[in-house]
Amino acid sequence: MQFHWHMPANAALHGAALDGQMRLNLAIFAALCVLAQALLVAGILLRRGPQPLGHKRWRLEYVPIAAFTALFFALAWHSERLWAAMRYGGADPAAMQVEAIGMQFAWYFRYPGKDAAFGSTNLRLVAPGEGNPAGIDPADERGRDDFVRSALVLPAGREVDLRLRALDVIHGFSIPALRIKQNALPGQVFHIHFTPSIPGEYSILCTQVCGLGHYRMQAVVRVLPAAEFDTWVREQRP
Amino acid sequence: MNRETQSAATASTLSDARHLVGTVVRPRWREHQRIGLGYLGIALFALGIGAFLSLLMRVHRVLPALSLPFLGVSRPEDYLAWVTMHGTLMVFFVLTVAPLSGFANLVLPEQLGSRTMALPLVNKVALWLTALALLVLLAAFFVPGGIPIGGWSAYPPLSVLPDAGPGQATGMDLWLLSLAIFCIASTLGAVNLVVTVIRCRCAGMTYERMPLTVWSWLVTSLLTVLAFSVLLAALVMLFCDRHLGTAFFVPSLTWVSGAVQQRVGGGSPLLWLHLFWFFGHPEVYIAILPGMGLVTMLLGTFARRRIIGYRLMIGTTWLIGVLGLLVWGHHMFVAGLNPFAGTAFEVSTMAIALPSTAKVLNWLVILWRSRPKMQTPMLWALGFVSIFVTGGLTGPILAQPALDSYLHNTFFVVGHFHLIMAMAALFGIFAGVAYWFPLMTGRMLSERLGRWHFWWTVFFAYNTFFPMLLTGLSGEPRHYAQLDGLAGVAGALVRSTLPLERHITASAILLATGQLLWVANVIRSWRRGQPATPNSWLSTTMEWAPQDTDLICHRAPCEYGLPSQPADHRAVFADTDESGAPFLPQWATEPTAE
Amino acid sequence: MPAILHPGEVEQRPTRRYDEGDSGGGRRPPIDEKHTGGGGDNDNWSNQPQGRRGPRERLQRYRLGIFFALGGDALFFVSIVSAFFVTKHSGHVNANYQWVNSWLPIQIPAILWINTAVLLLSSVSVELARRAMFRESDLMEEWLGLGTPTRRRVLPWLAISAVLGGAFLWGQLTAWSQLKLQRVTFRDNPSTHFFYLITGVHGVHLLLGILFLAAALVGMKAVRSLESRQILVDCSAWYWHSMGVFWIFLFALLVYGQ
Repeated sequence: MQFHWHMPANAALHGAALDGQMRLNLAIFAALCVLAQALLVAGILLRRGPQPLGHKRWRLEYVPIAAFTALFFALAWHSERLWAAMRYGGADPAAMQVEAIGMQFAWYFRYPGKDAAFGSTNLRLVAPGEGNPAGIDPADERGRDDFVRSALVLPAGREVDLRLRALDVIHGFSIPALRIKQNALPGQVFHIHFTPSIPGEYSILCTQVCGLGHYRMQAVVRVLPAAEFDTWVREQRP
Repeated sequence: MNRETQSAATASTLSDARHLVGTVVRPRWREHQRIGLGYLGIALFALGIGAFLSLLMRVHRVLPALSLPFLGVSRPEDYLAWVTMHGTLMVFFVLTVAPLSGFANLVLPEQLGSRTMALPLVNKVALWLTALALLVLLAAFFVPGGIPIGGWSAYPPLSVLPDAGPGQATGMDLWLLSLAIFCIASTLGAVNLVVTVIRCRCAGMTYERMPLTVWSWLVTSLLTVLAFSVLLAALVMLFCDRHLGTAFFVPSLTWVSGAVQQRVGGGSPLLWLHLFWFFGHPEVYIAILPGMGLVTMLLGTFARRRIIGYRLMIGTTWLIGVLGLLVWGHHMFVAGLNPFAGTAFEVSTMAIALPSTAKVLNWLVILWRSRPKMQTPMLWALGFVSIFVTGGLTGPILAQPALDSYLHNTFFVVGHFHLIMAMAALFGIFAGVAYWFPLMTGRMLSERLGRWHFWWTVFFAYNTFFPMLLTGLSGEPRHYAQLDGLAGVAGALVRSTLPLERHITASAILLATGQLLWVANVIRSWRRGQPATPNSWLSTTMEWAPQDTDLICHRAPCEYGLPSQPADHRAVFADTDESGAPFLPQWATEPTAE
Repeated sequence: MPAILHPGEVEQRPTRRYDEGDSGGGRRPPIDEKHTGGGGDNDNWSNQPQGRRGPRERLQRYRLGIFFALGGDALFFVSIVSAFFVTKHSGHVNANYQWVNSWLPIQIPAILWINTAVLLLSSVSVELARRAMFRESDLMEEWLGLGTPTRRRVLPWLAISAVLGGAFLWGQLTAWSQLKLQRVTFRDNPSTHFFYLITGVHGVHLLLGILFLAAALVGMKAVRSLESRQILVDCSAWYWHSMGVFWIFLFALLVYGQ
């Protein structure tokens, strides 16, 4: 068993910029940490000298503080641009619609089917044992072709508009390899959008404590090449 | 009184004091000191239980199938119950109780030159309420329905709906009751401290001459009064949701364990998150600010250096306190917060890094070429600086919502706050105990045992909590009861952290075992430690002054390197540095005094 | 020890005198066995501003303490009020996953207006009690052992305040039962959640206030030290006033803010 201390290989379009920002941050703060510890040890070990006073205080405190202000501002600015690109806007209208539904202790994924529209749902109709974990209302025309799977299958290279719901308690929807994480709240719907870029199988984890089975609330996301995905989606029946 | 008799009087008091060395009688504790010791006792008790629970958790993570004596094989809900109780005990009953209530009661009036607290009765009530809160919380271990499992932040609806899991019955109610009592207790205690600082300062003790410990206790107390009130309101509303059928924090419809539960209206769990973290983030500063104040004083004292930029240090304490009230949203970047609010909280959180940076720079400047006296309180202070730097520098990373959208609720966060809040604050507690032990007992802690304990603790603290940053980077989530035996790629991802997890567990066990050194040291030194001299560490603050005379505060503490002093004065107290700069306690009776 | 201090060894006298800006009791606590006036004991109390040192030192501490506690308590109500506005303006998803806002304002029972007036009256009476506690001629008389004029003056006002407070609470309960008759209960609607929560937690605070007043009533007889009696009455009164002010805000919120 091999341990990797770095992040799993990135497989999403926005992930490269995020990884760059992460690496930059880790490098800066690791360097600062080493520098501070070195100054600490050196300060203790060096021969005792006069206390830095007077005019030096500017040099020793206010100049570094100004430098840190600039550094933090730059990092915040850079990361704010990244955040804005990830979350400020909505998904492309042409993005693929998928819904993720969290319940104790499983994830279900609903696809809108051929009509590209989700049917309405009703919590009173939720019955995972009878094949309706999403609570799709059979009376709704749009819901007839919706199909629900326990694994998320996505095409590579196409933007995904993910609707997040939870039925009971708060769950955390996280795909480390796709660099996304968002809580799913009961009674509310959240949207996140991202573009998987590299085909492969990645893990979906629950990242918000949701009860005794929290540790085994996982699923898998399979990112397929676009052509394969088209075949797959054509084969799916409700 | 003329000058000569004044000097003579001072000298005779001091020689009396020196004469006492060797025939140590236990100091007579004043009432507030007894209360302080009571708080420290509560904290120690809670720390013992909390640490034991953390070891259970660590062992369960790497060996989930292990059958423990008396406990048997643990279930996942046991793991979550330990997490919850560990967090609650440590955050409230250790990190709030010891640095603020414990140490402030022990020495705050003396540091201000007052004989008593301003509101002794209120103070006593606060102590007993805190003890009651702890008992109520511990009762949750023994009630039917199990220990609460929602974590210390108790997010609804998990904490509201009884069907959502075990532990949401009487155990959860006791948790709520305990915290409600704790809110009232800490507010009362904090009010007493604020009034003491404002009204009980001795002659000459202007605000600028107050020790930084006092400043940090003042700011912390104000934070306590504000933050715990908000928590109390949230607890009352959560209680209504649990028992009175309201829907402040739960949606109108939930589907739990196969049944639909309906409530009229329908609130949002996000409301709880806002209220809870509005309390929860200041709480972090309540835990760490007293340690920062103490460490600054200790660095000055043991390095025999003035604390340069005294006003800057006071200002940064205020800034951290005030900004601490404005950053709660960084706990909620991926919880459903508006992305624009995410940016706003990113800015405020980055802003709070600046006063913290200023503090660290100040510490480094105080220490630069200082060759400090490496006695145990100083070691702990240096350990605090080191750990605070390491943990603190991970803070700005988590402050960025883009990066937090990867790191949130991973072990990176666990490593971050255990380094900066748990370990640094704990180092502050150890520093305080070692520093004030002579005042409490009239004896010194053993330096040799203390050194062993320090190096052992700092080594294994790094070994325990630093690797958490690494497993967190690799994506390991929090609150997972076990890492092995999970299927699929997710199982493989989680399992890949096991080697480092084993290392963490082993280090944690050794870290906890090493604390027995401290316990042994305290017990042994309390009974027959080396007798303490008056002003054992040559400190400058007034709690070390002879307590039976009327004293006047003449200057800010840690004023070293001032112009020359009368020779006799130097002979008694003095510890001069190479340049001949004398030691100047805050209370030293000046020859010019009338 | 040198008998003569050379100029170089003498530190400059600080430009600021230590007494300036000193507001602490410090190492010279005002041990006042007479429980009233200062003077004597060789101190210079009479030169100090009243309350800094001397007769009202302890009273001032308690007063400051209750102000800070009430500041925290104000934040308690502020958090509930902010939750009120958040809930009022946010909707939720209904059974069919449609976004709805189900907030229905309730008709405030008319009796609440009377209750508010009663509470205001009680604030007036408790202020009269508080002022009667500080009449200098009475204090002097009591200090000289010529009787207990403060008790005579204060007791009736305290009792009246407590009774008015009880009447207010009874009125609140009546409002609740009136609403119950209209089938408006705690769990009916987001607005009723907050109506009952606000009136309820305020009622609990007021009950606590009545207990304080009762303690002050008992204290007027039982506590020997005049200053302690002043503290009891003074702090209860400030607490009571604050509950009145909080109620005005909360009531305005319920009437006009729903």
